[in-house]
Amino acid sequence: MSEVRDLIIVGSGPSGYTAAIYAARAALMPLVFEGAVTAGGALMNTTEVENFPGFPQGIMGPDLMDNLRSQAERFGAELLTDDVTRMDLTGEVKVVWDGDGAEHRAHAVVLAMGSGYRELGLPDEKRLSGHGVSWCATCDGFFFRGQDIAVVGGGDSAVEEALFLTKFAETVTMVHRRSELRASRIMAERALSNPKIRFAWDSQVTAIHGQDKVSSVTLSDVHTGATRELAVTGLFIAIGHDPRSELLRGQVDLDEAGYVVVAGRGTQVLAGGSPLPGVFAAGDLVDHTYRQAITAAGTGCAAALDAERFLAAREHALVTTA
Amino acid sequence: MALKTVTDATFADEVLLSDKPVLVDYWAVWCGPCRMIAPILEEIDKTHGDKLTIAKLNVDENPRVASDYGIVSIPTLNVFQGGKVVKQIIGAKPKAALLKDLAEFL
Repeated sequence: MSEVRDLIIVGSGPSGYTAAIYAARAALMPLVFEGAVTAGGALMNTTEVENFPGFPQGIMGPDLMDNLRSQAERFGAELLTDDVTRMDLTGEVKVVWDGDGAEHRAHAVVLAMGSGYRELGLPDEKRLSGHGVSWCATCDGFFFRGQDIAVVGGGDSAVEEALFLTKFAETVTMVHRRSELRASRIMAERALSNPKIRFAWDSQVTAIHGQDKVSSVTLSDVHTGATRELAVTGLFIAIGHDPRSELLRGQVDLDEAGYVVVAGRGTQVLAGGSPLPGVFAAGDLVDHTYRQAITAAGTGCAAALDAERFLAAREHALVTTA
Repeated sequence: MALKTVTDATFADEVLLSDKPVLVDYWAVWCGPCRMIAPILEEIDKTHGDKLTIAKLNVDENPRVASDYGIVSIPTLNVFQGGKVVKQIIGAKPKAALLKDLAEFL
């Protein structure tokens, strides 16, 4: 049996790393599962973060994550670039299994797995993924110099992707189900005034075509059902995210959209409507309202403090009953 | 130890004519997921470097090779054997999944 440590943090990104900084400074020596693919969280796929306080000139998303990571490491957080494949949170000792099947145990857990991008669910989406279908404009935009491409979605992240892609592409068509962008005004205005961006309003992508790589997509009008072909070599999908809560199903309360349910405005995770002792959650796994790097960092901090308090109370109870 | 680097100029000699299979990691500094898999590739190189050469190719600085092989998404990992692509892995993956994909070469 492995030793039982104080705290395991599952997930990285602003919430996981901030929880790790606070917990490490409190000498809890947390073990952090950064996730092999998702280490650094959603910000790893962004370019410049302009609105994280303290960086008046902006900072690159991956650099911000590198900074948070090394700050956590400096205070003694143990970081593992691995995924968690299974968790048992129901007992007094929480058990977490890593990618190699090894078992890790702790008295408290902070859940910060964030969210994953949503797929269109079209038959050719997976086949052409990496061959023109992409979820990461900053990774793949470079390869579409002088080409016509499309972005699906109408929120802030879709607009951000479209604006970024205009640096390379000849034209960027934003395909959106509604007749206006859902993005914040400042972002929407930037998109609407950009000469390279066109709009396919009230439209959705219903098919992706191409032998070895994307050659066109079929757009359907959401009201009339009328279809038309749009010749594009790239399709960037930015239609939102879903919380990564699959491993928690059946153990903790999830809302209809799969977000982890916490007590009040705190971080205490509920199971069957009651607090599940020692289990706390933070970041995009919980938050479907704000979803900002700074709010994720804020709840990550709160989760670490809640875990610290829980562990202190537990220790105290052990001492007084001994 | 830092991984081997190949360029447009050295690609033919060091990859296509290599006796050993070569995994080429197409990457760029602005690619977040590329940064995530870099340490995993270094670990794999440390353990399996005798059977599989792992080399990094910066697509920004070496556009010719990237375009010759139709790379439109990074990270892409191509395994070359006898001058041909015998395996392609697109996107960042956990170490265990990468090891499984590469098992035939390790």
